Amino acid sequence: MSFTTPEIAWAPLAPLIIVLGAAAVAILVESFVRTPERRRSVQLVLSLVALLAAAGTAIVQWTMLDGAGTVVLADMVTIDRQALAWQVLILVFGVLGTLLFASRTRAGEEAFTPLGSVAPGSSEETLARRKGFQVTEVFPLALFAVGGMMLFAAVTDLIFLFVALEVFSLPLYILVALARRRRFLSHEGALKYFLLGAFSSAILLFGAAFLYGATGTTAYAGIAAGIGSATGLDALILAGAVMVVVGLLFKIGAVPFHSWTPDAYQGAPTPVTAFMGAATKAAATAALLRVVYEAFYGLEWELSWLFWIIAIASMLLGTVVALVQTDLKRMLAYSSVAHAGFILVAFAGFPDGALSALPFYLASYGLATMGAFAVISQVREKADDGTVLGEATRLGQWAGLGRRSPLLAGAMALFLLSFAGIPLTAGFVGKFVAFSAAISEGAWPLVLVAVIASAAAAFFYVRLIVLMFLTDVPEGQEDAVEIDFSPLARLVVIVAAALVVLLGIVPGPVLSAFENAGVLLLGAAG
Amino acid sequence: MDPINFVILASILFAIGAAAVLLRRNAIIAFMGVELMLNAANLALVAFSRIHGEIDGQIMAFFVLVVAAAEVVVGLAIIIAVFRARQTISLDEPAELKG
Repeated sequence: MSFTTPEIAWAPLAPLIIVLGAAAVAILVESFVRTPERRRSVQLVLSLVALLAAAGTAIVQWTMLDGAGTVVLADMVTIDRQALAWQVLILVFGVLGTLLFASRTRAGEEAFTPLGSVAPGSSEETLARRKGFQVTEVFPLALFAVGGMMLFAAVTDLIFLFVALEVFSLPLYILVALARRRRFLSHEGALKYFLLGAFSSAILLFGAAFLYGATGTTAYAGIAAGIGSATGLDALILAGAVMVVVGLLFKIGAVPFHSWTPDAYQGAPTPVTAFMGAATKAAATAALLRVVYEAFYGLEWELSWLFWIIAIASMLLGTVVALVQTDLKRMLAYSSVAHAGFILVAFAGFPDGALSALPFYLASYGLATMGAFAVISQVREKADDGTVLGEATRLGQWAGLGRRSPLLAGAMALFLLSFAGIPLTAGFVGKFVAFSAAISEGAWPLVLVAVIASAAAAFFYVRLIVLMFLTDVPEGQEDAVEIDFSPLARLVVIVAAALVVLLGIVPGPVLSAFENAGVLLLGAAG
Repeated sequence: MDPINFVILASILFAIGAAAVLLRRNAIIAFMGVELMLNAANLALVAFSRIHGEIDGQIMAFFVLVVAAAEVVVGLAIIIAVFRARQTISLDEPAELKG
């Protein structure tokens, strides 16, 4: 029996190999570097170097790419400008996330539990804390998640889509469960996130099986051809396509598949919430764009109603429920549901413009999310005896924050205004390009709903800004909140704020780069 | 026997699994429901593979098996951590998160 060695073009996969290879090395570091403190610094340096090297490689590939892009691994992965743009975006979120993971409070406390496997409040936990244990595994886990997301943005085959989905989801489930404080909440968030995440990936897989049955292939191009030519299999194709889309909408967090979002956002350690909120949404949007434009483009008429209904439901429910939240992380979680709706608005009628608008939208949304959660990680509760406790996430505790720390409160106000889509912030440009893409396909009723929802959402963003700047600290509460100082978290806040302003004032270069990314994908898809 | 029967069986198994996830309040049972859904997809892939007369679907089923095994590791780890903390794995019991 003869065996032909498959040809694999390794060079286009370089950014992925760097990240996933570094993750594997980081696992070895876990075993061979004994002291927790040294291990932590080695892991941090390794993660940052790998992520920056991968981003550099991806940018070099972008400049050297000729034509539409490269198809590698027998059509399973397509490296074109669209994929590279998303990969660079995810790597940026990865770098910011890693910095947040490594940040510590003034008292040297991390966001993660010293030992994930022991029960909260047990004597083992106390012992682990006294011995100075640290869960440095969070760095390799984050690297695996970033690698999986980068793959997710580039796959053009349904089975590989499923594998990439799990590669980035499984580390995230673990990360959510590792909070240092309020560990019951963290466990519960992880359990819900895991069960619903696994449920959604099973739905996606069954949809993939249906599409394979109807068209005889799992490659996007083959499915697109099969949709055009297959007769008598409409039900099978449509059921499969809807199930694949639903599986991805779970990850984006759109209504009615959003029920994990508030729990996971609130329960997770804040650095994980920041990374997950920004990067998962970007990766899932990238994958949804690719599968819709390359495989399901012929089903536009059948799938459009789904996007319309889910977009409207997400915007309305996300906005309305966010209005009544009293916990900051939960409020931002529901605001992320509303943003999932805004993302889906750009899909209405499958306009070409969505391919360049959505990377920008997700860049602006992700940077603001990163920054907002970095600010949250710096505002701490303080006990009567002066010890600093966990994060102060109740809205009331943020009253008068502008007086305590003008820098943090100002940055938070900027991120909230960007979420709301106020001009001169990146969020405005993002919403503008996303909605004009939908307008170009005549979906103006949907855009009308989106604009009204944005206006209503501005209410609860502005309410927090008023609370921070125009409300006095309540009587007797002067010492209840402490502003922490972690250089790494401050760095993330400053970088995110600078980029949000920069993208809001001079979006031109980035927009034109993404425009480049949009046109070429369609070229590759034919 | 017509292999399309296996696809119908797979759909029934998938529906049972989905119902278990949505209706049962025990985390382990819900998780078993997810596994049943994944294996139903495997059965469908293999049956379609037979219908098309090629082995692509069977290769995919292998990928799914590996991923499902990895998922079990992470899932059970989380469920055990929850059990150690509260001595229960009921999905109704942990109700600290609301709204």
